[in-house]
Amino acid sequence: MSALRPRGFVRTYGSGPLHLLGLLLTFAVAGYAALKVYDDPVWWRYALWYVGAALVHDLVLAPAYGALDRLVQPLLGRRRRADPGDVNYVRVPAVLSGLLLLVFGASILERGEPAFTPASGLTQDPFLERWLLITAVLFAASALLYALRGRRRA
Amino acid sequence: MSTTDEAPATPDVQYGAPAAAFRALERARPPLPRFRSPVRGPWLTSVFAAVLLVGMPVLLVTGFLSYAAYDPQFAENAFPRDPGLLRLPHFDWPTSPSWLYRVNQGVHVGLGLALVPVVLAKLWSVLPKLFQWPPARSVAQVLERVSLLLLVGSILFELVTGVFNIQYDYVWKFDFYTAHYYGAWVFLVSFALHVALKLPTMRHALRTRSLREELRVDRAHTVPEEQDGTGLVAEDPAEPTISRRGVLGLVGAGSLAVTAVSVGETLGDAVRPTALLSVRGQSYGDGPNDFQVNRTAGVAGIRPDMVDGTWRLLLRGGPREVSLSRDDLLAMEQHTAELPIACVEGWSTVQTWTGVRLRDLLALTGLDGLDSAQVRSLEPAGAFNQTTLHDGQVRADDALLALRVNGADLSMDHGFPARVIVPALPGVRNTKWVRSIDFRA
Repeated sequence: MSALRPRGFVRTYGSGPLHLLGLLLTFAVAGYAALKVYDDPVWWRYALWYVGAALVHDLVLAPAYGALDRLVQPLLGRRRRADPGDVNYVRVPAVLSGLLLLVFGASILERGEPAFTPASGLTQDPFLERWLLITAVLFAASALLYALRGRRRA
Repeated sequence: MSTTDEAPATPDVQYGAPAAAFRALERARPPLPRFRSPVRGPWLTSVFAAVLLVGMPVLLVTGFLSYAAYDPQFAENAFPRDPGLLRLPHFDWPTSPSWLYRVNQGVHVGLGLALVPVVLAKLWSVLPKLFQWPPARSVAQVLERVSLLLLVGSILFELVTGVFNIQYDYVWKFDFYTAHYYGAWVFLVSFALHVALKLPTMRHALRTRSLREELRVDRAHTVPEEQDGTGLVAEDPAEPTISRRGVLGLVGAGSLAVTAVSVGETLGDAVRPTALLSVRGQSYGDGPNDFQVNRTAGVAGIRPDMVDGTWRLLLRGGPREVSLSRDDLLAMEQHTAELPIACVEGWSTVQTWTGVRLRDLLALTGLDGLDSAQVRSLEPAGAFNQTTLHDGQVRADDALLALRVNGADLSMDHGFPARVIVPALPGVRNTKWVRSIDFRA
């Protein structure tokens, strides 16, 4: 056991002193940043979004896309000559379309328009239609590939 | 430093103090979700980690540089106003090359968007760890879990605030600059710690298989990674529905898709319409003033009577105060420069500006030395109705009080009767509807 990892310390704490030092440094800086934000009267809104972002991802978004995925698989698997990989013909366009909605959702759902229109003189009208079109193209391309593969195999 | 979980699980499990409490915790196992994906494993997680290990430092550096580009050494330019100990070293933001801020912000926003799918994939790949039981067997592991909460919380917070900000959805009702700046500090330290703790684990995991060989393995031949005690490899794996190369390809395709529908806003007006889902992918038309407007005259509260023939530019701070009409300014030596407007939101547009050099205006005041110059707008309110330029920004060859753009008078929305345009300056600091310039020796 090296000098950096005294046995008694490791047994009690669970790792070496450097591990503890690194963590305390991290907490100190993060705590200081939190204190600076606390100067803002609406500090609780920052906290809400900070904790909310992690909770919504871990307990809503991730379980939801996992459940959707499990829901789709048996639907496709019931057909004759089903290949377990066939689910990807749905999964890939769905993931890409969902990702674009997740990232650009504020414009697609025109949520930013009240601030965007006075600022720029433009609207957020075009984006829902464009996203639907992109989604349609993705699924159509995937369906085409599926049909071509089916014919090759037949 | 060692990680708490790099060594394979051993039958004689060690508990830190207080051992009885950690043993009791382990026995109190609640019902938890099971994870059966056969492609999850330390190698796959480490591939995503390696991408983020390169990408995240670039995001951090460009982000902090963007803060510096506002020249926060002048209190009125600093957003957030007073970061205290988290203040970065002050330096004068350069004026050359003129595309400096354009590239910095294009990379910051473009890379940030492209890394969204990688972050999501990384989090998906380590999801079993969130529900691992026991969550900790020692105080060291408890603290490490808390630090992971900081890491995941801060990266998601940074991505959410950034992504919403570029779309003008201010639903959170707090100051974006404050949130994104302090969030970046929390991310910086928790990311640095995570790298320090996990780098050996990542390097070890990456050596367990070759990327090139993995890219040749199709779905049917995909088998789970070796059980290694990290809790990532499913104990009861399902039949594979996708190969590892398929997962990597899907994440890469996600990054490409997000980039494809937005990068046009950064590359210039010729390809702007390709940015199908970016609010700044829209065109204003073909006229000389038809380019992106950050703030319209209407919302800024600029009325036509404020900018008619009675408008005067005031130059203060020298032995004599100078007042100039627009005709006076047009009678001075005119200089033309091709310069970008580059927004903190990542979009940019290059235009040809014509007007009076700022240093020629300084000369009119009779002031000898110069420290800085505060430019004020007619805009009655708003965080950016003024900015302070440092000496180098006033004296740069192409630093202008622009009167015309692309051969035409500035439109109201672009700052008529006169606006500032300085090379490499963040877009919002190029003050429009200029009312006065206070030179400070």
